[in-house]
Amino acid sequence: MLSPITIISFLVSICLIIGGIWVGNNVNLLPAVASTNAPIYDELFKVLFAIGTILFIGMSGLVIFSLIKFRRKPGDVDDGESIEGNLSLEILWTAIPAIVVLFVGLYSYDIYDRMGGMESLGSHNNHSHHINEERRIWGGIGSSNSIESPLNASSTPLTVDLSAMQFAFIFHYPEGDIISGELHVPVDKPIALTMESKDVIHAFWVPEFRLKQDVIPGQPTILNFTPTKVGRFPIICAELCGPYHGGMRATVVVEKEEDYQQWYKQNAKQVDLEV
Amino acid sequence: MTLSFPPSEKKPLEGLQPKGWLRYLSFSLDHKVIGLQYLICGFIFYLIGGALAGAIRIELTSPLSDFLERDVYNQVLTLHGTIMIFLWIVPVVNGAFGNYLIPFYVGARDMAFPRLNAVAFWLIPPAGLMLITSYFINGAAQSGWTAYPPLSITTPAAGQIIWILSVLLLGGSSIFGGINFIATILKLRRPGLKLMQLPMYCWAMLGTSILVVLSTPVLAGTLILLSFDIVAHTGFFNPELGGNVIVYQHLFWFYSHPAVYIMVLPAFGLVSEILPVHCRKPLFGYITMVYSIMGIVVLGLVVWAHHMFTSGTPPWMRLFFTIATAFIAVPTGIKFFNWVATLWGGKISLNSAILFSCGFIINFVLGGITGVALAQVPFDIHVHDTYFVVAHFHYIVYGGSVFVIFSSIYHWFPKFTGKLLNENLGRFHFLITFIGFNLCFAPQHWLGLNGMPRRVAEYDPQFTFVNQLSSIGALLMALSTLPFLWNVLQSLLKGPKSGDNPWKALTPEWLTSSPPPVENWLGEAPLVTEPYGYGKKKKIVLAIKSEKEDKENI
Ligand code: HEM
Ligand SMILES: [Cu+2]
Ligand SMILES: [Cu+2]
Repeated sequence: MLSPITIISFLVSICLIIGGIWVGNNVNLLPAVASTNAPIYDELFKVLFAIGTILFIGMSGLVIFSLIKFRRKPGDVDDGESIEGNLSLEILWTAIPAIVVLFVGLYSYDIYDRMGGMESLGSHNNHSHHINEERRIWGGIGSSNSIESPLNASSTPLTVDLSAMQFAFIFHYPEGDIISGELHVPVDKPIALTMESKDVIHAFWVPEFRLKQDVIPGQPTILNFTPTKVGRFPIICAELCGPYHGGMRATVVVEKEEDYQQWYKQNAKQVDLEV
Repeated sequence: MTLSFPPSEKKPLEGLQPKGWLRYLSFSLDHKVIGLQYLICGFIFYLIGGALAGAIRIELTSPLSDFLERDVYNQVLTLHGTIMIFLWIVPVVNGAFGNYLIPFYVGARDMAFPRLNAVAFWLIPPAGLMLITSYFINGAAQSGWTAYPPLSITTPAAGQIIWILSVLLLGGSSIFGGINFIATILKLRRPGLKLMQLPMYCWAMLGTSILVVLSTPVLAGTLILLSFDIVAHTGFFNPELGGNVIVYQHLFWFYSHPAVYIMVLPAFGLVSEILPVHCRKPLFGYITMVYSIMGIVVLGLVVWAHHMFTSGTPPWMRLFFTIATAFIAVPTGIKFFNWVATLWGGKISLNSAILFSCGFIINFVLGGITGVALAQVPFDIHVHDTYFVVAHFHYIVYGGSVFVIFSSIYHWFPKFTGKLLNENLGRFHFLITFIGFNLCFAPQHWLGLNGMPRRVAEYDPQFTFVNQLSSIGALLMALSTLPFLWNVLQSLLKGPKSGDNPWKALTPEWLTSSPPPVENWLGEAPLVTEPYGYGKKKKIVLAIKSEKEDKENI
């Protein structure tokens, strides 16, 4: 025979789990999705949000429930029961966090791999022609090889150099020798950014891409991504870099291939045309 | 065991120690006076740090940088972080409660090195004053409490150097304290008292002090190198001179991640003392508690690079630090469940101390959950250095440590003063603090996820409303200190007498008069082998009898 208490706590746990999963799937706390990285990130976020909700409501529920249930009744001067421990319970709640953490860890490893985090960095597709080969390139995320969409599997990434300084991002397109304060990129095309700072540490962050990488003086870092949505998204400096840090912003303009080509033609230094 | 433990014959302290309130301004060697010196001094800095937080929240009520000059804003946020960490939480959860309680808990008449103890305290006020006055000299440091180079090398040097000196003094104070705690806990235990019979706060302080002694010297060394870079133009961390800025981050976080445990492990210990008393139940799972503290100490030393996932950290390092960090959740989870099991089936008095302790548990659960999420590299890459992280660590350091400090003040105030605080006012204080705190910091998770970086004076106008919400929460938090201060003042002036042991607690500090005499016990120190023996009628009677005997022995 199951006691009513067992049944009730079982039902409550089920409701909690279903509720948590519902919250994870239906409460959206994230900005627009605009890169191949973002939907993978959001998948991870949903899972973590669901687990987090279940744990938080469950655990704080336990605390509040105990406070109410076991509060001292007026006039009661007795002590509680003298229970000092319970080995099997303690093993149980060593196991619970261990299992949750193991699951979360493995799952996020998988996510990280799908984002391209495990690709070797600075591989052939990162143009290193003008970076001294001796210098180590430090990782951001992913090689642009890993883009999942078959459409782009073969296309070579567009390479752009970013140099950051107090308090601006400057983009340089080695092909065509364009210098620009806005990052123009064609949609669905892998982009390979090589970044270096001229003064202090900055960080390149595009919330809609779910990507961030510090821009470090004396040490190039790389970041690869594929934008998937046409539009203008903010590039935000995320590392304290001085008085105007809060104003250090730029824009990434994701455009259709034709629009991008037009922008490119207008700005590229096309020496041969002038001849 | 009938080892006697007489009070020392000659009282070397007498001449050095003025009577009355003046002794709190003296170079007293009494651990109880030093403990309260830490507490009061820390609280004054808390009010200053709080005022700075107020300035930050006022600036952030509008998306433009319109309240403070931009560089002043950065100075304010640097001072706020440094003061709250190094002058309020670390000195209070370690220095204040550690000094007051540890000698009682081990059955000693004072700390192992009373003079070192007094020196450790007296390093703090000048260091704090120096830090604050640097603002009026040439502008305070403005590179954040993390002082990452090259920013810290290129911002005005005077403020940064004073910041370094001040943190070095505070680190020194912390190391002196740590050595003293380790020596006291391991060497001054009353004969007959075994390690595994010590109250949990001793274990927390032992673990914390190990972290302090192992990691603070690394911070000191790092800051000294940084100061060379600033004044002598060496190139340790200066890329223009061939230095490496990332090395600084490794060294800094090698101290500063353990530092977060230096702020929170003692709080775990304090909660473990408070819950059993007001639930009238033994602390659940003493042995697993001890192991999880030690587990946290060991793991805490090998997770620092989770603060550097976007610093160009190679993939293998990212993975290693993800795994190590995530596993800290295991010992932490054990502690949580043990606390709940302590509540479970108790006879809980819903007083201010218990409310703040349970508020701590709830806030800490949320901070722990976001912590595990942040440990996942792919998750962290989006939210690192955003308001999400600000929310995470305030849930831990404010929702955790500061809540525990308040809980402890409500719990030990009768011990300190022999007076009772007003419980209704205390509950009111809790309510406002809890609401204000959550209103202030919960929305910041959303801000970070949606694109607001931290340490900015201006932001995208779409975040205005949520920032204003957060500022209202901050206002409530500021107001919530008023009923607390009023309560303390009222009680000091005309509060009801508490008697020696108002909570009928079994831990040793309560088995003497309140406030306790110099050297803690008039007779022999009681041998308390079951500090949590609630529910065992005979034991309580015994303990109280031994207290009576103590008094009769005089
Ligand atoms: C136990 C008490 C804790 C305290 C006092 C604490 C405090 C902090 C602080 C102050 C920061 C921000 C540092 C900065 O950038 O200025 C931080 C960040 C972080 N915390 Fe915690 N934390 C605690 C627990 C945890 C736990 C349990 C975890 C994970 C299991 C965790 C994981 C992290 C991670 C990964 C970051 C880095 C986030 C980032 O900067 O991107 N923390 N924590
Ligand atoms: Cu910046
Ligand atoms: Cu950390």
